[in-house]
Amino acid sequence: MAAAAPASLVSLRASGQLARRQFISRLSRYVFLGATLLAIGVLAFLVFDIVKQGGGRLSWDFLTTYPSRFAERAGVRAGLLGTIWVVGTTIVLTIPVGIGTAIWIEEFAPRNRLTQLVRLNIANLAGVPSIIYGILGLAFFVRFTELGSTILAAALTLSLMILPIMIITAQEAVRQVPPSIRDGSLALGATRLQTVWHHVLPGAVPGMATGAILAISRAAGETAALIMIGAAAFAAFDPTSINDKFSLLPIQIYGWIIAPRGQGFEANAAAGIIVMMMGILTLNLTAAIIRERFRRP
Amino acid sequence: MATQTAFGAPPDGLHQGLRKKPLGRPGEMIVMALLTACAAVSVITTFLIVFVLFEETLGFFEEVSLADFFLSTEWQPLIGNEPTFGVWELVVGTLNVLIWSMVIALPLGLAAAIYLSEYAHPRTRRILKPILEALASVPTVVYAFFALTFVTQDILRPFLGTDQIGFFNALAASIMLAVMVLPTITSVSEDAMANVPRELREAAYGLGATRLEVATRIVVPAALSGIIAAVLLAVSRVIGETIIVAIAAGSTPNLTLDPRDTVQTMTGYMLQVGLGEAARGTVQYTSLFAIGATLFVMTFSLNVLAMWFVRRFREEYE
Repeated sequence: MAAAAPASLVSLRASGQLARRQFISRLSRYVFLGATLLAIGVLAFLVFDIVKQGGGRLSWDFLTTYPSRFAERAGVRAGLLGTIWVVGTTIVLTIPVGIGTAIWIEEFAPRNRLTQLVRLNIANLAGVPSIIYGILGLAFFVRFTELGSTILAAALTLSLMILPIMIITAQEAVRQVPPSIRDGSLALGATRLQTVWHHVLPGAVPGMATGAILAISRAAGETAALIMIGAAAFAAFDPTSINDKFSLLPIQIYGWIIAPRGQGFEANAAAGIIVMMMGILTLNLTAAIIRERFRRP
Repeated sequence: MATQTAFGAPPDGLHQGLRKKPLGRPGEMIVMALLTACAAVSVITTFLIVFVLFEETLGFFEEVSLADFFLSTEWQPLIGNEPTFGVWELVVGTLNVLIWSMVIALPLGLAAAIYLSEYAHPRTRRILKPILEALASVPTVVYAFFALTFVTQDILRPFLGTDQIGFFNALAASIMLAVMVLPTITSVSEDAMANVPRELREAAYGLGATRLEVATRIVVPAALSGIIAAVLLAVSRVIGETIIVAIAAGSTPNLTLDPRDTVQTMTGYMLQVGLGEAARGTVQYTSLFAIGATLFVMTFSLNVLAMWFVRRFREEYE
């Protein structure tokens, strides 16, 4: 365009120093975009590679058989059932306590230093590495309270681990409920708990559900903490109660990753990962749908 | 918004209404007590963690001298007759993967944050950000699998040569640790950048700054405490991560920062003991808690520091 303009007109294009700055700035866009796409490329490649390696091993038999010394005969039945048991128990333990804590902090706790400390403490617990929860579970639930390496001990450990995330997201959800709703309810003569039960909680449920699902998906993929409390890498039985020993999907995957090379166990690990990721993806998708559906305009 | 939910307190005076009204029926007192009990759980958790770590660590130091722990440079706890407990070998192992993972994750994570906050069209951001954050929901055992079967076997060893880099090496672990913390760095620092007031940018544009100059000289410095918080959180996650390093970096303590070597991290050692089911009361069992306490002190300090930076940042602009 500038080349076509008559020479007598002053060109609006920058020249010299300014042109260089503008050129570098335009270039920078692609550098930064490149970094972003690289990260996303890694995710895409990860999915591709795992499907390539493990896709062939996926079958109904893979889901319904026990582990085996022979890679092509092994399946994830014990791990899958164990994960369902442990995560199910964790949900039952975590959700009421998480919601209760959030409600207490946001609606009832006196505004003083102690409450502030409780709040900070929860933020801190959210940053404690999972393996520390693992040795806490080992020393306290497995050994001290003598629960042994059972589903209950695992679920209690995982509960403590995901409780901070659950509380923080539930707090946020409670805070999103407009104060005017509380005022309206109280003005009409409702008690504090009636107000919470009938007006605050229903408004906060979508946010709480999203947070709970994300917290649970973290529990479902946790490996290190549960190795510490003695989950079995390979078990050949179905759990029947929370006092049973157990295996877990992530731990079975771990077992296959560290198995001797060249016997096909890598494909098993990849196939196990596909099964686990399907579950976690479903959970995350549900959370995303809930969040979008109930999004406040 | 993640940082705000994690560390934020609502301003005082917000919905104070519920607090002032007295409780109604006696049944309500019971519910109140239950709610308070729920809140007590997390306080008790903290006490339990501190108590368990403290008690067993005390047991550890009854058998191992402080001098051995802090001054010896060799960590050979599982050798029968003369075990040595020089913690530095494990700390340096952790430092090794930490340094190399940050070398990779920091530029990438910050570049992505700058792109999302300063360059991307809002519609693009709405699509890209959730995809990036999806990386955060991938269980770390998946990254561990990838580190060993792909990064080490298909990339590092063929390209660097099998005589240069071993089957277990710190580099593969560092690369996957970087991928793991990328969403933390990007998401938290993008939030910080998005919170920089528009006026600052507009003033810079008005003075003739280019987009890059606005991004690097106005937005990044203004969001610095948020970015530092993001980095500290990432560091805390890397040193606490277990499965990736245990699988990809090996289980041989090694006093080196060379990424091609095999190393054992603090977490890697803990997992190794956990797999072996050390009997209660043995020094191997208590060493688990001594290392755990070391790790806890480190991550705790990092988290407190990160919170301090976030709070400082929020005071600046809100």
